[in-house]
Amino acid sequence: MNFITDAINTLCRPAILFTISCGVFYLVLFKWREQFSQKRTVIALELGMLAFILVSMLNPTFKDVVTKPDNIPIVGMLFLVLYFTWLYFHKAVINDNLIAQGKDVENKAEAKQMTYTWPDLVFSEFICTIVVWCGLLLWSIVLKAPLEEPANPVETPNPSKAPWYFLGLQEMLVYFDPWLAGVVLPTLILVGLILVPYIDTNPKGNGYYTFKDRKLAITTFLFGFLILWLLLIVYGTFLRGPNWNFFGPYEVWDLHKLEFLKNVNLSEYFWRGLGINGGKLPDNPFIREWLGIVLTIGYIVVGPLLLKKTLMKPLFDKLGAPRFYITAGLFLMMASLPIKMILRWVINLKYIVAMPEFFFNI
Amino acid sequence: MPLPSFPEAPEGISRRTFISWVTVGWAGFTAAMGTGLTAVGRLFFPNITFEPPQQFKAGFPTEYAVNKVDERFKKKYGVWVVRNEKGIYILSTVCTHLGCTPNWLEGESKFKCPCHGSGFYSTGINFEGPAPRPLERFKVLLSEDGQIYVDKTLKFQFEKGQWNDPSSFLELA
Repeated sequence: MNFITDAINTLCRPAILFTISCGVFYLVLFKWREQFSQKRTVIALELGMLAFILVSMLNPTFKDVVTKPDNIPIVGMLFLVLYFTWLYFHKAVINDNLIAQGKDVENKAEAKQMTYTWPDLVFSEFICTIVVWCGLLLWSIVLKAPLEEPANPVETPNPSKAPWYFLGLQEMLVYFDPWLAGVVLPTLILVGLILVPYIDTNPKGNGYYTFKDRKLAITTFLFGFLILWLLLIVYGTFLRGPNWNFFGPYEVWDLHKLEFLKNVNLSEYFWRGLGINGGKLPDNPFIREWLGIVLTIGYIVVGPLLLKKTLMKPLFDKLGAPRFYITAGLFLMMASLPIKMILRWVINLKYIVAMPEFFFNI
Repeated sequence: MPLPSFPEAPEGISRRTFISWVTVGWAGFTAAMGTGLTAVGRLFFPNITFEPPQQFKAGFPTEYAVNKVDERFKKKYGVWVVRNEKGIYILSTVCTHLGCTPNWLEGESKFKCPCHGSGFYSTGINFEGPAPRPLERFKVLLSEDGQIYVDKTLKFQFEKGQWNDPSSFLELA
């Protein structure tokens, strides 16, 4: 028994769970799409997840975390996300096969049919409103609001968690300076989503589900949503405990858990690690951080050019220069999050450019 | 199907009258909003504040054990008083990452922030988590009656080399 719980705890270490999730993401999208889209797969997965959670309730820590009124909706969300992701693949695979056979997509005839707003649409909206209302009423009666002690500026609850939908952002803040993770990156998420219709004028996939017609767009979106947003919410909800340490799902939330997290800046790795300048960091911040500055500028400037020449060449031909560079820029900013996270987990890298003198850390 | 007929404009209101009334309406609206916003702006300057004073006396140096982080003024003034072999310094309880209040963990001898996991040594130097710079220190000196005098209006930041300033550290012979 201990062996199994230890194994699961280990698998839930941040770097390992992230790697596994990315691996599963890749396999489902590109290797097992057909199998994943079967009805029996989603039933098996949902039941498997339910069984896993029920059996895990035997563990007191797991039970505490999962049944906390705050967290129950998040558990529910996991089931819903799995279902809706599956539903998309289910419909997309059917359509992709139809398109491959040269036939019309599934709902084309249906799409041409017209119905009235009143009573058809308004009536079903009304029913939905009532169902959601009942759900909220029941929820508010059964699950008590997790109120805490009165706010006190000198005593921060430990751990201090953002509302669940912001836990992904809070997790981001662990890896970046606040101005980046709190201001620049969230703004870019919003700006990027607003820009999508202007960048992406490809009419394929309008009004019907498809994967093969829109591989890059759908993969990017699903990676951003499932891995960079939801997986980080799962991290923040279930795996972050006191002192914002990582805990396995069956690990007791020990206030005094000791983790050696001594972080090192890239400049310290460079000057101390290579013993240049006698292992001393130069006083001038620009000389001290030259490697990080070069790498960052290279990432932002050379990155899009490289993508244009290699991986995204067809996209450049299709979009033209202005659209392509905006897309590539957004793409690289999105990729910067997992890059920084992995660097932190693997080599304890704190900042690539660390200039606290100017409040500028990347 | 015939087009729906719109009601005729009522008699007696000329274009000029209409525009005059609209102008009066908008002017009134702007004035009301302006007054309201000014009244709201007044709230930013309260007559009295309940903030603790920025300068205070923190007792005699002998009340502080050597190599201990003292939390007695954390709640009231938001500072830790730390005494080492050489003397006393005052650390701010505001995390330099996003401003939460870290906890002093005696067993691990470090400050640990519950929001994003930043960690600081008892000196205030940051060593783990995302905090980009060390905790700030406040001005401290010995007042004439022999008590420790803390002035929170003057802060000293390590990364600017200000910890070398003599008033950031109270040397005890």
